[in-house]
Amino acid sequence: MKFLPLLLANLSRKKIRTALTVGSFAVALFIFGLLVAVRDAFNTGVDMAGVDRLVITNRTSIIQPLPIAYRDQLLKIPGVAAVTHANWFGGVYQDERNFFPQFAVDAETWPEMYREFLLTEEELKAFRSNRRAAVAGEGLAERFGWKVGDRIPIKGAIFPGDWQFDLVGIYRASRPRDDVTQFWFRYDYLKENGPEWMEGIIGWYVIQLGNADDALPVAEAIDQRFANSAWETRTQTEKALNASFVQQMGNIELLILVIGSVVVFTLLLVTGNTMAAAVRERVSEHAVLKALGYSDRAVLWLVLAEVGLIAAVGGAIGLSAAKLFSLEDPTGGFFPSFFISPEALGVGFGVAVGVGLLAGVIPALQAMRLSVVDAMRRA
Amino acid sequence: MPATENGGDSLIVVRDLDKRYTRGSEEIDVLQGLNLDVKKGEFVAFMGPSGSGKTTLLNLLGGLDVPTSGSVTVAGDEITHLSGKRLTEWRARHVGFVFQMYNLLPVLTAARNVELPLLLTRLSRPERAKRVETALRLVGLQDRTAHYPRQLSGGQLQRVAIARAIIADPTFLLCDEPTGDLDGKSAGEILDLLQALVADHGKTVLMVTHDPRAAERAGRSLHLDKGALVTKGAAA
Repeated sequence: MKFLPLLLANLSRKKIRTALTVGSFAVALFIFGLLVAVRDAFNTGVDMAGVDRLVITNRTSIIQPLPIAYRDQLLKIPGVAAVTHANWFGGVYQDERNFFPQFAVDAETWPEMYREFLLTEEELKAFRSNRRAAVAGEGLAERFGWKVGDRIPIKGAIFPGDWQFDLVGIYRASRPRDDVTQFWFRYDYLKENGPEWMEGIIGWYVIQLGNADDALPVAEAIDQRFANSAWETRTQTEKALNASFVQQMGNIELLILVIGSVVVFTLLLVTGNTMAAAVRERVSEHAVLKALGYSDRAVLWLVLAEVGLIAAVGGAIGLSAAKLFSLEDPTGGFFPSFFISPEALGVGFGVAVGVGLLAGVIPALQAMRLSVVDAMRRA
Repeated sequence: MPATENGGDSLIVVRDLDKRYTRGSEEIDVLQGLNLDVKKGEFVAFMGPSGSGKTTLLNLLGGLDVPTSGSVTVAGDEITHLSGKRLTEWRARHVGFVFQMYNLLPVLTAARNVELPLLLTRLSRPERAKRVETALRLVGLQDRTAHYPRQLSGGQLQRVAIARAIIADPTFLLCDEPTGDLDGKSAGEILDLLQALVADHGKTVLMVTHDPRAAERAGRSLHLDKGALVTKGAAA
């Protein structure tokens, strides 16, 4: 700490240069924060998937239905603790740009299956007692300014008609990255008011495992049970299913990695160049410090501490800005969650300081190896 | 004072000091077989033409450079065989440097510049502040502590540099042309200060100068030519 005034004084030497370097770190780490948020947003469904849940879809395609009659048979398969089902609704609220996932669900079993989404007893009771009832995630409700008691009109696409729902509950997330953009309404309401082909079919099943370790044998048992039937099944973990959705959108991880690497590499060059110039300008000062008794290593650390301080301040500014920016979801609800985790902030800060130190290594080594006699002769 | 065989009670003893530089294929003997004894509390001036080896001698005495052969012993420690790290520690403890161009850090105030050597010690902040205040008072700049180098005159800058040189209470001071960049009045004040450090505080001062008037203020004036001491005379 006693060297802090010296470090700060050195940084104030060329204020504009210091500000620009700090700004470079801030911008780079702002981009880093948002990239991580986007990557995590794509992976939210994968990361937050229940480890003890399996999803059963039609073997042909997820958009092909399954018979409701499978429910009772599923419950008899060893290892299956509970079963629920859902249908994709795919309606439009006011405008086609207002996309959000709408599920027609079993009012009794769905909320029990997804206990990470928190509802009050009153909300749950209202959902189960009103056929036109609907529940929205708190993010979705906030996005459209909905409150309990509102009538929500949705225009059906797969299920034609103007559908009206009574919002009876707003579920909350129990974990920071839980999806709070879903809209649930009752399957029996859809069945009663939907087309005739809806009779006796559902979209997909979700089962709760008695033991998460039994995922593979239970999945095999289910698919075997319905093999060679008119409605063959494909059973996979919720995580695997969600990962397959992400993969359909392309290699997001690689894309983000490439963008992030370019940003970091550019930052490395900019900072390295800046520090090299700063050290060149201070050759005689470093020589004087050595003459006064500062060791080679002390001079090395002074240079590294200076660039580390720039990186830490710039990184903190950039990450803080990204965090603030992410609080008001800039994607307008495009992702289930848009969230920069404390872990991501920590990694970002580490990256900033790491890049700073890496950029400072060569100038610091030059300062360390400086010969006092040669430097004084040149001065 | 002639060099003695064994150094006697000398603070600094230099024996058979050679320094040779290689420039391309050419070898340059900067110092050749130099012997020197300096007692504690002496004020010694080195004079001589450019290239005579004055600054090289100062660098060797201050542990900034290593000789090709020979020895430099200060207060019983032979420094010529110390490793780089040990030599740096020794320099911090024993040597105070004063340069012709002051070499203050422009971004630090006078007080912060003077404090620099103390940052290497275990002294607390209040202890450092007290020592800085004392040193600046000693050089007559107690009212300039918060001034930056750009706000000070040449004479004042050199005073700050002297305060920085004495702050850690070194065994001796090495001054390389301390008045070389100053007008006559300021130069006189700096020489008064160096004399006072010797006379009142018992400091040992070795000074390189081109100025005969400055050399006259030293207790002993030594002349270097082509890397050897050619004249030794007593003065003052």
